Amino acid sequence: MSMDQAVTAEGIEQAITEFVSGRVKAEVPADEDLFASGLVSSMFAMELVVHLEQAFSVQILGDDLKRDNFRTVQAMTALVARLRGVEQPADA
Amino acid sequence: MGHTPSDTIAVVGAGVMGRSITALALGRGVHVVLVDVSEEVLGNARAEIAQQLRHGQFMGAFPGSPAPGTLTTTQSTSEVADAAVVIEAITEDASLKARVMADISSTVPAGVPLITNTSGIPIAELAKSVQRPAELAGVHFMNPAYLIEMVEVIRGPQTGDDAMAAILSVLERLGKKTVVVRDAPGFVTSRLLHPMINEAARVVAEGTASVEAVDRLMHGCLGHPTGPLRTADLIGLDNLADALRLLAERTGNLTFEPCELLMEKVRRGDLGRKTGRGFYDYGKVLS
Ligand SMILES: NC(=O)c1ccc[n+]([C@@H]2O[C@H](COP(=O)([O-])OP(=O)(O)OC[C@H]3O[C@@H](n4cnc5c(N)ncnc54)[C@H](O)[C@@H]3O)[C@@H](O)[C@H]2O)c1
Repeated sequence: MSMDQAVTAEGIEQAITEFVSGRVKAEVPADEDLFASGLVSSMFAMELVVHLEQAFSVQILGDDLKRDNFRTVQAMTALVARLRGVEQPADA
Repeated sequence: MGHTPSDTIAVVGAGVMGRSITALALGRGVHVVLVDVSEEVLGNARAEIAQQLRHGQFMGAFPGSPAPGTLTTTQSTSEVADAAVVIEAITEDASLKARVMADISSTVPAGVPLITNTSGIPIAELAKSVQRPAELAGVHFMNPAYLIEMVEVIRGPQTGDDAMAAILSVLERLGKKTVVVRDAPGFVTSRLLHPMINEAARVVAEGTASVEAVDRLMHGCLGHPTGPLRTADLIGLDNLADALRLLAERTGNLTFEPCELLMEKVRRGDLGRKTGRGFYDYGKVLS
């Protein structure tokens, strides 16, 4: 994924969706609860953290490192957007 | 080092298990001296342990969020002398373990229990190499040790009451639930799990089902948390093959010899998560 396409909230969401569905080999709607559906094992959960940090050059620390922030593609998008200071739609 | 000895444990071997046991201890506020034979391994271990600490925190594995213990890495076993307990977690090789156990045992003072994390070498066999067999027991941590709540504790025929009590109290400090069993090749968990994984690989090799199908069935029908082949990748296929070979030798059951598909992956260097590929592909390795 290139950083250029990832600077908008939309681009971030698209990039995260691509990564997650590639790894779980299934379509992943942005609001699907990844933990409830058993898609995300505890090991993969941490890979998500590391991946987001590397792909978007952010550091996810302290209170941000909680499962609620990784529960859905939407939640991850909001987290990355906030850490990168990207404008987000009010409902994101 | 300024810490009271009872607050420090030593871990010998900084591979898959040494790292995750270290992360467990640090996350619980216990200091660790971690020993391995190369600076490169120790450097990688430090980086991975830092990630594992975050992972544990992420999963809520360190209740009360104590201040993490300090990590000291070293290539010298003499630095384990001040620890409250020494955990051996080196490669599953009986003669190598015998040598290292003898070395550790001559370094630590009497009264410091020795733990081996072997997957299945009988404790009685390893006890032959140590100076005080009464102070040796097996504690079979599972990977990742900081997330899996339970450990299998193996009391060898010579293990003494004092060592058992000390070891159980360290495990309690680390937040582990324990089940104590008697000594036998593979104990309970490896005796059951390793042959199952070997058979799962045979099922795939025979074309009965795909890797994914085997794991989905074992998960969906039988409640196995990840399926045997994902578990194999988490363990490390080289370690699995070593453990199966030792189990075959010590039980005389030749079906326990690692199957061809497993050996082929080991020869290719596809060792599971730790190399990024095993039965599954993990993309970039978690570093
Ligand atoms: N991988 C698992 O899931 C698992 C689970 C339970 C128990 N075990 C057991 O734990 C032990 C370690 O397994 P692992 O998977 O971590 O293996 P590994 O191959 O990942 O790591 C072994 C480490 O031991 C080091 N080592 C070798 N000789 C040494 C020496 N003389 N002094 C210090 N370090 C030395 C190696 O450099 C390597 O870093 C084995 O006995 C294994 O059977 C493994």
